[in-house]
Amino acid sequence: MTEIVLNEALSEVSLLVVSSALAFLALALVLFSFQLVKLNTEDQADPEKFSQVEKAGFVLLWVSTIVLGVGVVLRGISAGRVPWANMYEFSISGAFLILLVYLTALKIRDLRFIATFIAGFALIILFAAVSLFYVEVQTIMPALQSYWLVIHVVVAIMASGFFSVAAGLHLFYLLKASGKAQKLFQRFPDLQQLERLAYRFNVVGFVLWSFTLIAGAIWAERAWHRYWGWDTKEVWTFIIWVLYAGYLHAMATRGWNGKRAAWLGLIAFLSVIFNFTIVNLFFKGLHVYSGL
Amino acid sequence: MASSFLSKLSFWPRWFWRQLTSMRNALILLLLLAIAAVPGSVYPQRSADPNGVKVFYDNRPELAAILDSVQLFDVYTSVWFSAIYILLFVSLAGCVLPRTKIHFNALRAKPVETPKNLARMPEHIVRDGSDSVLDSAYEVLKKRGFRVMRQEGSISSEKGYAKETGNLMFHYALVGVLMAVGLGGGYSFSGQRVLVEGDTFVNNLASYDSFSPGALFNESRLEPFSVSLDEFDVVYDLANKNNIGQPIDFIASVTRQVGTESYASEIRVNYPLPVPGANVYLTGNGFAPVVTIFDGEGDISFSGPVVFLPQDSNMTSLGVIKTPDSLPEQLGIIAFFYPTAEKLTTGAYTSIYPDPISPLMTMNVYSGDLGLDSGVPRNVFALDTTNMELIAGRNGPAPAIELEVGESADLPNGLGSVRFDGLLRFASLDIAHNPGGIWVLFFALLALGSMTMSLLIPRRRVWVRANPDGTIEFAALARRDDPNLKLILEEIVQEIETKSK
Repeated sequence: MTEIVLNEALSEVSLLVVSSALAFLALALVLFSFQLVKLNTEDQADPEKFSQVEKAGFVLLWVSTIVLGVGVVLRGISAGRVPWANMYEFSISGAFLILLVYLTALKIRDLRFIATFIAGFALIILFAAVSLFYVEVQTIMPALQSYWLVIHVVVAIMASGFFSVAAGLHLFYLLKASGKAQKLFQRFPDLQQLERLAYRFNVVGFVLWSFTLIAGAIWAERAWHRYWGWDTKEVWTFIIWVLYAGYLHAMATRGWNGKRAAWLGLIAFLSVIFNFTIVNLFFKGLHVYSGL
Repeated sequence: MASSFLSKLSFWPRWFWRQLTSMRNALILLLLLAIAAVPGSVYPQRSADPNGVKVFYDNRPELAAILDSVQLFDVYTSVWFSAIYILLFVSLAGCVLPRTKIHFNALRAKPVETPKNLARMPEHIVRDGSDSVLDSAYEVLKKRGFRVMRQEGSISSEKGYAKETGNLMFHYALVGVLMAVGLGGGYSFSGQRVLVEGDTFVNNLASYDSFSPGALFNESRLEPFSVSLDEFDVVYDLANKNNIGQPIDFIASVTRQVGTESYASEIRVNYPLPVPGANVYLTGNGFAPVVTIFDGEGDISFSGPVVFLPQDSNMTSLGVIKTPDSLPEQLGIIAFFYPTAEKLTTGAYTSIYPDPISPLMTMNVYSGDLGLDSGVPRNVFALDTTNMELIAGRNGPAPAIELEVGESADLPNGLGSVRFDGLLRFASLDIAHNPGGIWVLFFALLALGSMTMSLLIPRRRVWVRANPDGTIEFAALARRDDPNLKLILEEIVQEIETKSK
């Protein structure tokens, strides 16, 4: 490959931009939480209408998404490649895609009610990225120098984005079904709608995840001389695939949809997070790209 | 089909079959499969990390023996893991085969009879109109790709059979994946070979350092070719301060020869070299210093490159040289190679950069019995010093031998001398072939395509009925989740009304 000159000054700027996105996101989360509390205490207010607080929250969410997008792009420019070759970079790209998936879905469906979850989740990822996973911009090892890095990883991150929105819906489904905070949850879509919405996000996520798995196998055949070798990351990609397949079957099985399916969806999503954090950092394997 | 088969069975087998093929049990088997896969990521696996298993055995032999007895080091070929996925596939077949027959019949059948009470359907619209609406409804639905049947005073139509086709095809494709994995694995092979610059690999079983064939492999599948390693280059990052010394490319320049035809090529990480019946992959590299050893009688007892194993990211490397034929005593040498040597305050050396800028080799020399005649196989990368005496080295009677390229040194006690002739690099190559790979890919893509088809194509039934009281009823029903059902029905109604005006 041709030698890449890293732009370290620019990566410093990128970190600054990402950090400010984090601040905007935190503010948005405060406003969304405030809105939830308000919904739970006030009797009035038309649920169809945006309140001032909520409006401000979404403006902040957009601002933080755009700022984060700029930070991600700057990181890519400073590294002279796609910005997802180590854990810090996956995290910022992942948070950006989750926000993007959510804000796009919001244009199609009224998903305002999970804004707290999405903002909170993206905030945790960004916070972990900046405080725990941060590494200086680096050139990448030969094994990663492949166009599959672009395809395989970006699709994996997108799948995770869809799975996260679905997980938020599962969570609110279970909260609503538990019968607590009824005043708040009666303003949410009914259980059946929550279940269907989660199903749709999971379906898209599942298709993307299947593609990730196949693309990963093609790349592994090139880089590691076998398409599948039960490397720890391959194992967990497989486990996640099987769990979501289980979820899809549960949705088609009488007596297994509803709460059980929602739990299954949440467990599957927890394995996605487990795969990204614990497996990356503590398990031995060939996917040692955390950069830490 | 299923019923005639079942009726021949007595109660328990029948009960068992029904259990196995129920969706609930398919679901439970799926969850079991996910759980069963977990330990393979916790404990080292012989297939992916044989050395990890060895280390585990060394550290905790008792626990290792227990784990091994329940196949926890071979999870994915274990009896219990296999049992789960085999049951899962039997359950899959038991579910999918009858459904295929039902679907096959449905594909040839006419749409169902219009239900009596359309108001009970999830989407239901009532308008005023006359019988002629049915004619335009017939045309509109036909145009939209519905399978339409005119009935007494009503129209019944259905669309989206591809949903079930995709669903069934997906499950068959998974069977295809499993079979391609199994058969392909049987005919596959993978072998390793270390090549020093200037060496040639000729493809036959004896040329491999290690070789792992599938169960159905036989030697005739190795096609004749040869690969010579002409040169091995490592490109280091020199442009970025924080990454100095980080390798950014490994390039093995090779000459590939098949029959009388030969051409030059490169093997790099991610870019294997295609050869007849296999691919050649680059999996590792290191230094191979060229060393000549003269014995106490002045005869050459060893000469040539020695493969040194890299120990750290700055390529401090460790090599072992054995001279069974040297006189008066056999010699064994444990040598360290530092591509860019720097002396530490302790007097030991370390390498501070992976490229050979100021290369240095140090040697601890032993004399005595190498133990090669006992018939026990010996690791070429380890020296058994039980019957040997340290004659030069740290803490030995004489200091360790230190050589730069081109230098030579005498051994103590008149046992001979060593010369560091030059420096070569080696490449570890993997020669591997799995004929099933392409079929696995084919079936996996088929599965992906048909699954997408099944999940995204809606299956809908639409009915139109002209009632005697002059009202027209429109109704729609979808199988599984269908977010657009209401919208679609409204569109259809509008189209029909526009047409019949």
